[in-house]
Amino acid sequence: MIMSWIWLGIIGISVVAALVTGQGDALGAAVPQGAQAGVTLAVSMAGSICLWCGVGKLMEKAGLTGLLSRLLKPLLGRIFPSYHTDPVFAGCLSANVCANFLGLGNAATPMGIQAAKRLSQSRTDGIAGDELCRLIVLNTASIQLIPANVAAIRSALGCSTPFDILPAIWVTSLCSAGIGLLVAWLLGKVWRR
Amino acid sequence: MTDYIVPVLLLFVSAMALRKKENAYDLLLSGAADGLKLLVTLIPPLIALLTAVTMLRASGAVSMISNTFSPVFSFFSIPPETAILVLIRPISGSAALAVGADLMAQYGVDSQIGRTAAIMLGSTETTFYTVSVYFGAAGIKKTRYTIPAALIADLTGFLVASLTARFL
Repeated sequence: MIMSWIWLGIIGISVVAALVTGQGDALGAAVPQGAQAGVTLAVSMAGSICLWCGVGKLMEKAGLTGLLSRLLKPLLGRIFPSYHTDPVFAGCLSANVCANFLGLGNAATPMGIQAAKRLSQSRTDGIAGDELCRLIVLNTASIQLIPANVAAIRSALGCSTPFDILPAIWVTSLCSAGIGLLVAWLLGKVWRR
Repeated sequence: MTDYIVPVLLLFVSAMALRKKENAYDLLLSGAADGLKLLVTLIPPLIALLTAVTMLRASGAVSMISNTFSPVFSFFSIPPETAILVLIRPISGSAALAVGADLMAQYGVDSQIGRTAAIMLGSTETTFYTVSVYFGAAGIKKTRYTIPAALIADLTGFLVASLTARFL
C-alpha cells in the first residue's frame, strides 16, 4: 500500500511542479523515456545480477558462511550477551550476519527473523528488549562485502571500474553500523519503555 | 588493488566449493537461473519508478527540492542533488535504486555526485521496511529507540558517503 502512496506522491508533485515551471512538454516526453530507461537499465544489469546470484549459491555451498561465523564469534558475543547462553540464537544470529555480509538477502532475512523471535519469546509484554533493538539496528545498516546491485548499475551506465567504490562503501557502512550500535547502546540505558 | 577483489573472490569460492566436492559449475548455473527470476521481479518496479523519477526531474521538481534542502545539505557538505535519494532511501529500496540510477546517469557514474549516490545506495538499507518486517515477525508493539538509532545510523552513512566519495 505504501508504494501506491509513494507513486501517487511523485506523480502528483511532478504535475504540479510542471504547471508551476511551465515544463509541460518535457513532462509528457519523460513518461515514455522513463519507462524505457527502466527496461534498458534492467537489461544492462541482467548479466551481473544473474552471475552474482550464481556466485551467491557457490558461497553458500562452499561453506563460506561457516568460516565467516567463526571469525565473527568474539565480536557478536560482545554485542549480544545471549550469544553465549542460547546456542540456537547464536546460530541464527551468525547465519543472519554472515548472509547479509555475503549479500545473500534471501537467506539473511529468515535467519534474522528466527533470531528475533528467539529474543522476544521470553517476554509477553510486546516491548522490544535491548538485544532485539540492537539486532534490528544491525540489520538496517547494510554491511556487505560486494554490493553487487550498485556495481551492476554502475557498469550498466558505462563505468569502466564499477568496483572501485568498494573501499568507500566498506568504510561508510562500518561507520554507519558502528554509530547505530553505539547510539542504540546509549539510548538503551535511558529509554526504558 | 580493487580490480582484483572480485576476480580473486570468484577464484576463491569456486576452489572452495570444489574442495568440498560440490559441483561448482552446476551451482553457478542454477544460481544464475535463479537470478533470471529475480530480474523478472525487478523489471516492473524499475519501469514504474524510473518513469516517476524521470517525470520528477523533467518537471523541475527535482531542482526545486534540491534547492529547498540545499542550505541543510551544504552545511553537512552532502551534495544537495542527492536530497531525494536521502529522503527516499529509508522508505523504499526500489525507488532508491531508481533515483540513484537516475543521478548516476544524469551526472555521470564517475562524477562526485554519481559516486556519492552509489556509496549511499551500497552502504544503507531500507530502514523502515526492515524494522516493520522484524518487529512484525517478533510480535513487538513498543519498538523503543530502534527507529531513532537506525535513522541516526542512516544519517551517518549519508554523511560519511559524501566524505568517502571525495577521499577514497
